[in-house]
Amino acid sequence: MYTQMSDGIDGQPNASDERERAFERRLERGVKIEPPDWMPEPYRKTLVRQISQHAHSEIVGMLPEGNWITRAPSLQRKVILLAKVQDEAGHGLYLYSAAETLGTPRDDMIAALHAGKAKYSSIFNYATLTWADVGAIGWLVDGAAIINQIPLTRCSYGPYARGMVRICKEESFHQRQGFDIMWKLAHGTPAQHAMAQDALDRWWWPAVMMFGPPDAESTHNRQSLKWKIKIFTNDELRQKFIDQTVPQAERLGLKIPDEQLRWNERTQHYEFGPIDWEEFYRVIRGDGPCNKDRLQARIDAWEEGAWVREAAAAYARKQAERGAVA
Amino acid sequence: MSSHVEYVLRFGDSALVLAQQLSGLVAHSPIMEEDVAIANVSLDLFGQARLWLGYAGELEGAGRDEDRLAFHRDASEFRNVLLVERPNGDFASTTVRGYFYDLWSYLALGNLTQSLDRRIAAIAEKSRKETAYHLRRSEDWLVRLGDGTEESHARAQRAASELWPYTGELFMGDDVDVEMARQGIGFDPERVREPWLERARLALATATLDVPGDSWMQHGGKQGVHTEALGYLLAEMQVLPRSIPEAVW
Repeated sequence: MYTQMSDGIDGQPNASDERERAFERRLERGVKIEPPDWMPEPYRKTLVRQISQHAHSEIVGMLPEGNWITRAPSLQRKVILLAKVQDEAGHGLYLYSAAETLGTPRDDMIAALHAGKAKYSSIFNYATLTWADVGAIGWLVDGAAIINQIPLTRCSYGPYARGMVRICKEESFHQRQGFDIMWKLAHGTPAQHAMAQDALDRWWWPAVMMFGPPDAESTHNRQSLKWKIKIFTNDELRQKFIDQTVPQAERLGLKIPDEQLRWNERTQHYEFGPIDWEEFYRVIRGDGPCNKDRLQARIDAWEEGAWVREAAAAYARKQAERGAVA
Repeated sequence: MSSHVEYVLRFGDSALVLAQQLSGLVAHSPIMEEDVAIANVSLDLFGQARLWLGYAGELEGAGRDEDRLAFHRDASEFRNVLLVERPNGDFASTTVRGYFYDLWSYLALGNLTQSLDRRIAAIAEKSRKETAYHLRRSEDWLVRLGDGTEESHARAQRAASELWPYTGELFMGDDVDVEMARQGIGFDPERVREPWLERARLALATATLDVPGDSWMQHGGKQGVHTEALGYLLAEMQVLPRSIPEAVW
């Protein structure tokens, strides 16, 4: 679903190296870097970290929405949501594969997630309390994800950029299904409308925070921009999201929970109120409403499934032996 | 309710209940690829259920659509076989339940493709293609679990033994079945017993599992007498539409 680009450059490149200069010339010419190509170690590490964080976000992101599959209010809504969550599993799989092209096996990345060493998008540490939250996630969280991810289709690493093309297409369906849920609720009974407003109240600020800390505080922006792993800054993307989403909320007849929100005719952008970065860092540190539950759900699935993976491996071994004998 | 409606509901409700069970497993699979696969099977079954329920509603002619039938009936009005309402349990239980059902469904749908009711024949034709794939997958897993490790073998054997008493109902006919077979709309469920047993025995043998011995066969689902599990499943599935009955979602 989404990666939060707030994290991680490992060391600094050694510019004296000839290969390094050739690498940088390729980046300048806009030539994609491919798995067999030489690349600086910090570039590789940064990518593994970012792509695996993104993959983890897809997989953990299945949980808050998966929470509502069994309670979706119509068969049509149920199959759409199920297909969406299935897409997220697919995104996780492409992304782990893209990261594996950089030499890190999937199981290692998963182990890092379960050990609490790898991050995933903090937005999934919030709870989905009502059906409207499924709508709000599609509309706002996937909406923010698309804004974050479309530039990644142009990022310098080929497998990641290509994976993002397909992911972005599917995300745009997700965003529309979310808006459609919100539309039905906002124009439904008073109880449904209230459910939609409540979801917007709870998801607005976490969605705005999804773009990561402000540029002034983001120490990693610069290097990632230089490597073309990142194309726009956090604040630029956040502004784009707000500008795009405010008119949608107006069409829904819902009120964005920001008293300071206003259109600035001169800048042609919306101005918005202060973001509670305390909350952002608190949730990242592990004290969001669902951090422990989300990670535990992943660990449980992995641990309780160990005997199944062992069985499949044992069967494959036996078959290979039988083949060798026959 | 006419035998025709009852009959169509039986297939729809079985698909619906199993789809609902599987949908709750997505995001919790032992392997990520299995999340994709389980979601696929669940989606297919929901699709089949919607076709059956939609048709049942039309035949009934009382204005009930697929959602009215899925979300606004109590357990005693459901007509699914008991097998599909057995809890998910561990991956072995889910697999064995799926295998027993898929094999029966594949054979039953094959018979229904010959129905004189062309709508039933068409739904069966489409569903059978999907079910062929479900069956291939569940049979594959059955063999892997049975012939995998000591632990997986024990779990698969336990699941097969626990679920066996719910297989007999698949082949038990009642007045509705007789009436539908007489009209050429349905078939005598007894007809699929032998082909089912033959293939199931072979698969269990390949999986190095024992065929469970003869036992009392639980039944009643097709007539609306269910196990305790169905009430909970429906409570979860139906909570939202029942909380705001006049709402459109």
